[in-house]
Amino acid sequence: MFQNLGEMLLLLAATLRAIPRAWRDRRKVADQLFDIGNASLFMACMLSLFIGGVLALQTGPVLVQRGLGSSLGGLVALGMCKELAPVMMAVLIAGRIGSAMAAELGSMRVYQEIDALRTLNIDPVNYLVMPRVLAIAIALPCLVVFANLVGWTGGALVASFNDRISVTWSAFFGNLRSVVEFTDLINGLIKSFFFAVVIGVVSCHQGLTTLGGPRGIGRSVTKAVVNSLVLILLLDYVLTRLLLPLDNGWHF
Amino acid sequence: MNAPASKPSATGLPVAIRDLRKSFGDQPVLKGVSFDIRAGEVFVLMGPSGSGKSVFLRHLIGLETPDGGEIRIGGELATSEDIGSKFHLAIVFQSGGLLNSLTVAENVGLYLTEHRLKPQEEIDRIVTEKLALVKLDPGVAAQFPNELSGGMRKRVAIARALVGDPQLVLFDEPTSELDPLVALTIGREILNLNERTGATCVVVTHDRDLAFGIADRIGFLNEGELVVLGTPAEIRASPHPLLQQFLAADFHPQ
Repeated sequence: MFQNLGEMLLLLAATLRAIPRAWRDRRKVADQLFDIGNASLFMACMLSLFIGGVLALQTGPVLVQRGLGSSLGGLVALGMCKELAPVMMAVLIAGRIGSAMAAELGSMRVYQEIDALRTLNIDPVNYLVMPRVLAIAIALPCLVVFANLVGWTGGALVASFNDRISVTWSAFFGNLRSVVEFTDLINGLIKSFFFAVVIGVVSCHQGLTTLGGPRGIGRSVTKAVVNSLVLILLLDYVLTRLLLPLDNGWHF
Repeated sequence: MNAPASKPSATGLPVAIRDLRKSFGDQPVLKGVSFDIRAGEVFVLMGPSGSGKSVFLRHLIGLETPDGGEIRIGGELATSEDIGSKFHLAIVFQSGGLLNSLTVAENVGLYLTEHRLKPQEEIDRIVTEKLALVKLDPGVAAQFPNELSGGMRKRVAIARALVGDPQLVLFDEPTSELDPLVALTIGREILNLNERTGATCVVVTHDRDLAFGIADRIGFLNEGELVVLGTPAEIRASPHPLLQQFLAADFHPQ
């Protein structure tokens, strides 16, 4: 993976240079956004609902036992918006969209479609990579906002209906409002933006460098997902550390 | 099919290949190939499978970088960054190289659309005209490449190559996987293109009928070396044993 890091950085630089074309290629970006939303919104909803629920289920009884049940809303909300929503949505997008992008570009490479673009003097980075990376970079933070809302709802549902927790809906959200700050949300959105860029660049790079036939495409898809996940988790630590100063920010 | 006796005023580009060398790992594929392709001619590079024909073609269009030697198209190095903006080159790949996510019309008009060379109405008109040139029904314009037969896909690829009036058109095994009738049509399309526009056409093939039917000159490549070069009559008369073996190879059931 690390031997390709230089190539991926060059692809990222070329993609950034192509960003001024985004407006003229807005239809391609919109098509990609539609595909991403279509493929991942239901999964994101299910995933977030259960993550929020499990978080409440794991921590709720322990907090209630120690008389801290009223803190459950804030705990679930912070866990969701600062860590679980960005990371889990990035994992979902890497698996569902990143793999599809690597497979699509890989088959385009194998079946000489990329070569055909080059011979028409069309830069594959402008035509294929930039719209995809930009669409993921827009879609993932939006999905994270959505995942936060659904995850909080999942946590509140479990908290109010589980007999061992029994924290009311209003107590849950009351605590959430007093604990969660606007900067906590921003924290998660910044992370998700960087994760999105990693997924887009890694997946497109793997697709564009595919060699061989269907076996090569399969190898590229696997590498795209694995490399994205490794980089997301590494980057998660680095970003969490860098974003710590944001923690004393604005309250809702 | 017969090559035209006289050519229109050539708008095509001359190509000069000098000592072209390429290896993949330890395997030499092109071993110092040198020859010239004249402006406006139909040049056929013939040879057995694995002789380096397709690799040679990829060098012409700048998709491969040579290990040694050079190719000059219209005096410019084929590897230079801006060759695509100086000259209009086109290639018809063996697989067609059509973008499967685009319709036939979008594929054919892609060069004009992406470079914003014409308004959309004009592009639609050109697409219809080019499809008609390769004898395709306007109804196929809205179809996707995977809904077409192999021969139709090849013709769409040729239509796409014709857009923007290229000065050099490369064909990689244009008749492979096609029945003899469709192959004949494709051969005629290549001749029509050359006659009408004067574009230089370079055809890589191991189809002997196609080669002798359309070529002004033929080169015979074997194991990365150009062993014979000449007009179809000269090629037929060549005493080169490998070439004669290649030309005489026919299936005779015992």
